[in-house]
Amino acid sequence: MTPLLTVENLSVGFGRADPVVRDVSFEIMPGQTLALVGESGSGKTVTCRAILRILPRVARIHSGRILLNGRDGPRDLATLSQRDLRAVRGDTVSMIFQEPMRSLSPLHTLGNQVAEVLWLHRGASGGDAKKQVLDTFARVGFPDPERAYGSYPFEMSGGMRQRAMIAMAMVGKPDLLIADEPTTALDVTTQAQVLGLIKELQQETGMAMILVTHDLGVVANMAEQVVVMHKGRVMESGAAAAVLGDPAHPYTRQLFDAAPAIPANPEFVPEPPHDDLILELKNVNKTYTMRAKSSWKAQVLIRACRGVDLALPRGTTLAIVGESGSGKTTAARIALGAERPDEGGEVLFKPERGSAAIAVHDLNRTARTAFQKQAQMVFQDPYSSLSPRMRILDALCEPLEIHGIGSSSERRDRAAQMLAQVGLTSDMLMRYPHAFSGGQRQRLSIARALMLNPSLLVCDEPTSALDVSVQEQILCLLEDIRDRLGLSYLFISHDLAVVARIADEVAVMRQGLVVEQAPPETLFHNPRHPYTKALIAAQPTPDINRPINLKLVAQGAGAPESWPEAFRFSETVVPSLMQVEPGHKVRCHV
Amino acid sequence: MQILRYAVYRFGTMLLTLLVVSALIFAIINLPPGDYLSNQIAELKSTGQSAGVAKAEFLRKEYALDRPLWEQYLIWVGFAPGPHGFSGLIQGNFGWSFEFDRPVAEIVGDSLWLTVLVNLAAVLFVYMVALPLGVLAAARSRTWVDYSSAFVGYLGLATPNFLLALILFYYGHRYMNLPIGGLMDPSFEGQPMSWDKVQSILWHLIVPTFVIGTSGAAAMMQRLRANMLDELGKPYVETAIAKGMSPRRMLTKYPLRVAFNPFVADIGNLLPSMVSGSVLVSVVLGLQTIGPTLLTALRAQDQFLAGFVLMFVALLTLIGTMISDVLLVLLDPRIRYEGRDA
Repeated sequence: MTPLLTVENLSVGFGRADPVVRDVSFEIMPGQTLALVGESGSGKTVTCRAILRILPRVARIHSGRILLNGRDGPRDLATLSQRDLRAVRGDTVSMIFQEPMRSLSPLHTLGNQVAEVLWLHRGASGGDAKKQVLDTFARVGFPDPERAYGSYPFEMSGGMRQRAMIAMAMVGKPDLLIADEPTTALDVTTQAQVLGLIKELQQETGMAMILVTHDLGVVANMAEQVVVMHKGRVMESGAAAAVLGDPAHPYTRQLFDAAPAIPANPEFVPEPPHDDLILELKNVNKTYTMRAKSSWKAQVLIRACRGVDLALPRGTTLAIVGESGSGKTTAARIALGAERPDEGGEVLFKPERGSAAIAVHDLNRTARTAFQKQAQMVFQDPYSSLSPRMRILDALCEPLEIHGIGSSSERRDRAAQMLAQVGLTSDMLMRYPHAFSGGQRQRLSIARALMLNPSLLVCDEPTSALDVSVQEQILCLLEDIRDRLGLSYLFISHDLAVVARIADEVAVMRQGLVVEQAPPETLFHNPRHPYTKALIAAQPTPDINRPINLKLVAQGAGAPESWPEAFRFSETVVPSLMQVEPGHKVRCHV
Repeated sequence: MQILRYAVYRFGTMLLTLLVVSALIFAIINLPPGDYLSNQIAELKSTGQSAGVAKAEFLRKEYALDRPLWEQYLIWVGFAPGPHGFSGLIQGNFGWSFEFDRPVAEIVGDSLWLTVLVNLAAVLFVYMVALPLGVLAAARSRTWVDYSSAFVGYLGLATPNFLLALILFYYGHRYMNLPIGGLMDPSFEGQPMSWDKVQSILWHLIVPTFVIGTSGAAAMMQRLRANMLDELGKPYVETAIAKGMSPRRMLTKYPLRVAFNPFVADIGNLLPSMVSGSVLVSVVLGLQTIGPTLLTALRAQDQFLAGFVLMFVALLTLIGTMISDVLLVLLDPRIRYEGRDA
């Protein structure tokens, strides 16, 4: 059998600089899936874009051949004329991009954007194209294809937009699909469903796929062939079972070790009861009112938090896990006093062991400033949470200036000291943020949060914008700092595997409710709630023998009405949180 | 249907705004002490001409200038009866110009429509020049096309309008036999509309349009280029290329549509800046627009004339913003569906 695509000695560079992709070769058989794995900067994205020559204007293919042997016969994509290349794009070879939020035009309907492929390549008439698009929409899982056809992207959730992107890529029935991190921006459960969908479609149509990802778990679930890339070169390639089962190259092994995994056989450690609680959320509710679109319609109430009770013992980590829209960030904002809970809710904070608890939302100005010094936050996106126009020194010293602490030389000393704490050196103080990598920036954000010597740190998805190996380092750092400085963390994440290693207690949230709460060992060993089970099942593990159980995911991640009777809840009827074993609470009817 | 409702709503708010503006204009015109007539009376008294004083006193009564300010305002707009019953702006009586000793409507007359004409022509010119040049400069950014269009643009921005006017007049007349000054041949002034008159006006419009529009077009072009460049870097452009679209089709369908928004939103801002910006040009070019009249009226505290002209400019502005708002709603579904539950 001849390969569908053969890439031979491909080198790509930007301008006159050294090539960022060097001498890369691989081939794909029809119907096969090949995974390109590597960290950001490894050249995997440039490689996959070079195939369709969708590269920045300064990029040049220095050498190499890209032989496509599709339905139109063999051709070399590296030297094809622009005109002939356009006939290949979207027709024989199509592509899915990483960010479903931004990869669709906001001003055109989904139907228009998807049907365009057929107009361009098949010369299909309006009605004919529409019929095919509606079929494809139904196939990728839109409940109402007709409605989706006339909708705009901003009316859809991220998962639905990515389904629309898949429909766009599939509607031309390509021989090869290039998927560039198609699920990185999605929730775990959505990711599992989208991956499942791609796999099914692939089996139906027999197309081949190049999957670009940094997640070995995704690779294990999807790919037959693996190419591991690092700094523009191929480190290791071969059958997925061989590479994943017994990684030969040290870099591959390094990637493996960094991948967070849910422990398979955890030992059960009962937690001793705590009486020294640094933070306590009592019956916290938060209801947002959406402005109704016309005055004679009822206002829409969104219940972001419903009766949340959480307690954080001093020196430990409490993790809140849930998908986007589950209310986890709202809970954190309320805990920090950035938002006021509905009537009846209360947040208590105890600055030191044995001191009196203060109610965060009833503080006067001075007490409030004191509280803000004690509780700091680490944000999700290290790229946008540091001002690009401030030197690191200024960014770090700003909190001290605001609170009027120390002289400028003392501030400087403290900044240098904090940089050392997070594993950076003090000669970096005069640099600007752009000179740092993503992982280093997150270290800087942590250093900034530590400047005021807080006792509580709220981490809002601190690692979800980072590569796996960097994520590993940041988690280590956070653990280390917590134990060294005696900090307490409120840790927000959508990723159970990340939480598994750092948390002492995990609360799983769905639609504003805590549905299950337990220490991570208990939770992963003995999950009771269907949603928790779905979250655990959806986690891709880098083990080819443990594929994602899509049935379990679909059941738990669906609407609460589809859950087994005992767990169902609605707007009005909500079961209470029951203790099923010591330290393990589940929201269910008895 | 939804759009019609929005247009009606926008029209309503426009009327309300106009009302507020009228009060503001009236208040500002009356800020300096006295009025045209009391100044005149003071002057006449000091020179001892008592005959004139009587006439001025009569006029003060006739135009209700002896009443309190708020009453004057209501009478001016037409909400309250004056000495001769309801007769204000909304009844179509624009008042009396003391400076020119003629009714405002008569003075303003033709120049009103000529102002609208000149400025519309300039706006059209701005859009027709800026749109293709801006898109081209963005699509071919950092090439000679981009650099030369930027150079021409900056020249347009930096050259003072009146200087440009003089230069254009000189060379236009010398090489292309373009007419100098005015908006029509003097023989047509005061004549009823005829084909020849229209032709004469169009012929005279060329230089003023160019002069008034150049700086606006240069600024607009740069803005469109910047917007386009922003959009060209967005992932959805890549998606379109990956679909196999040709660059031209892709460019016009996707990024241009998005970059068009600020372009449309500018219509509202363009009109007033052109009206006020063209005053100097009108003086230099001898255009019979409303600009020079406004200048005279403001200097002489000729309150009805100044008030009317200012109201007219405000109306133009409000209509401009209304048009751009309604167009934006038509163009951008994100604005259209604001508040619709997704």
